[in-house]
Amino acid sequence: MSADIVPSQAAPVEPSGGVIHDIGYQRYEGPRLGRGYAARSLYVHSLRTAFGLGRSAKSKIFPWLVVALVTMVAVVAVAVRGESGNAVLGYLQFTDAVSMPTLLFLAVVAPELVSRDLRAQVLPLYFSRPLRRGDYALAKLAAMTTAVWLLLAGPQVLMFIGGVFSRNDGFAGIVDEFHDFWVGLSYAAIAAVVFSTLGILLASLSGRRAVAAAVIAGVYLVTAPVAVVLASLGGTVGRVAPILNPVTLVQGVETWLYGRDTGVDVGQHGYLYLVVAVVLVAAYVTLLLARYRKVAA
Amino acid sequence: MTALDAFTVDIEPGIIGLVGANGAGKSTLIKTLLGLSAPTSGTVRVLGLDPGPDGEAIRARVGYMPEHDSLPPDMVAAEFVTHMGRMSGLPRTAARERASEALRHVGLYEERYRQIGGYSTGMKQRVKLAQALVHDPDLLLLDEPTNGLDPAGRDAMLALVYRIGTEFGISVMVCSHLLGEVERICDSLVAIDGGKLLRADRVSAMTVRRDVLAVEVDEGTEQLEAGLVQAGLPVTREGRMLLVPLESEQTYDTILGTVAALDLPLHRLDQRRHRVAELFSTQPPPREVEDRVS
Repeated sequence: MSADIVPSQAAPVEPSGGVIHDIGYQRYEGPRLGRGYAARSLYVHSLRTAFGLGRSAKSKIFPWLVVALVTMVAVVAVAVRGESGNAVLGYLQFTDAVSMPTLLFLAVVAPELVSRDLRAQVLPLYFSRPLRRGDYALAKLAAMTTAVWLLLAGPQVLMFIGGVFSRNDGFAGIVDEFHDFWVGLSYAAIAAVVFSTLGILLASLSGRRAVAAAVIAGVYLVTAPVAVVLASLGGTVGRVAPILNPVTLVQGVETWLYGRDTGVDVGQHGYLYLVVAVVLVAAYVTLLLARYRKVAA
Repeated sequence: MTALDAFTVDIEPGIIGLVGANGAGKSTLIKTLLGLSAPTSGTVRVLGLDPGPDGEAIRARVGYMPEHDSLPPDMVAAEFVTHMGRMSGLPRTAARERASEALRHVGLYEERYRQIGGYSTGMKQRVKLAQALVHDPDLLLLDEPTNGLDPAGRDAMLALVYRIGTEFGISVMVCSHLLGEVERICDSLVAIDGGKLLRADRVSAMTVRRDVLAVEVDEGTEQLEAGLVQAGLPVTREGRMLLVPLESEQTYDTILGTVAALDLPLHRLDQRRHRVAELFSTQPPPREVEDRVS
């Protein structure tokens, strides 16, 4: 099969005529930035979408409700620490404490980012542009991850500022506080990556936002009691069982990596949690890319 | 599954009509041109480039308007078209300016800050055209641009496509299953059926002097058909149009009289140069399909 389509160059604007009636159509002579720029723009656009920016007031309600909720948790933590002097809620603990609102955020925002485009069949418009299918999927995933991380990191900034002011052990104290803060942010990043990859993958399976949200919430909520029940059996099974649930999985990583007692008993199998987390994330990303290779354009 | 079966066709700049029944392979051809599906054999050149390795470069210079609905209902048209401009590589400011321009050219300037979900079918088609036009492509691929439009909307869309192809200096390939529509605006026609090339030629080369009047009414097509048959005219129906051979000046009067007598809203009565549909159907199936346009 061979088809040859060679259209003309841009029609030259009549140089001689002299009479201009209408500005009419003007050709674009400016720069055309490539695929990388398109992917970055999609990332920024999607990140804004996650928080309802540039969209209707209605779509801002939920994300900002969750932001307000987690910020409130941080504000309370700062206030209590200011009063009593000791931190009841640490940076690491914060991410675990707000895991439920984080999941709700994920269950609502991930479908917003990917299911909507599937539903409205916008993808052919993307794929007929320099952007590739994989670029689209990864830009959406990166936006979701950043959104979850910002949700977790923002309140920790408040906690850090509050923490610095409630300490009275000088510069060494601030360095110490900053170290804890940094650890908290890195853990938030791990949680954001694990949660978002699964969230975006699940959302990409359905064009219906409600269905996608239910599936995401379902996967997280159903695996939680299973992990708890198996964990209560104790022994090797009990120590490995928390891997089944994404929330307890990252808590296991936390226990092993940062040595905080999260209630997840990892025993000798701590490294396993990190390995499983890395393998799962890699598998989810692979599946996501496969999904977008298949999706109709 | 073979959607397209070995044919060779060269298409020159201008407005090209790609006609064929539903399932003839029009959309597959478009996807192949965009580099979205690779041909199992053979070569394709678009703007002198191969969609395989250079798909990205082609997609940067081609505008595509898909057949089906493809717009997010909860986005404002101006923002959506701007976003799509950026996806084609336009810097932020340029994308915004060109989105306004593109929406103005398709006639949606006043309504551009409204949500797409509230638009009529005709307006949605225009937004789809605007997003294909926003990055100033060298070639536009329009898949059934008149889909779902009423007669007035179809005429407006075709006039717009014609303007883009002639005044804007952008080559256009219009896909349609309605030959009668595209033949009015195209320089050349490519007809495919069952993935095979039926015929490709310049419209002028296909012209046969067979005068036919096309009559279209907004409603009551059946009534009119019956009325015209009663008046002794050999009527054939094509989509929403009735075609009557122009035998004498009397034919005009007879038709107008019948329409007036039935009190129907006449939408169009014009003379067609020919009926390309007949040309296609009477054309012997191409042997070794090697048709060249021009």
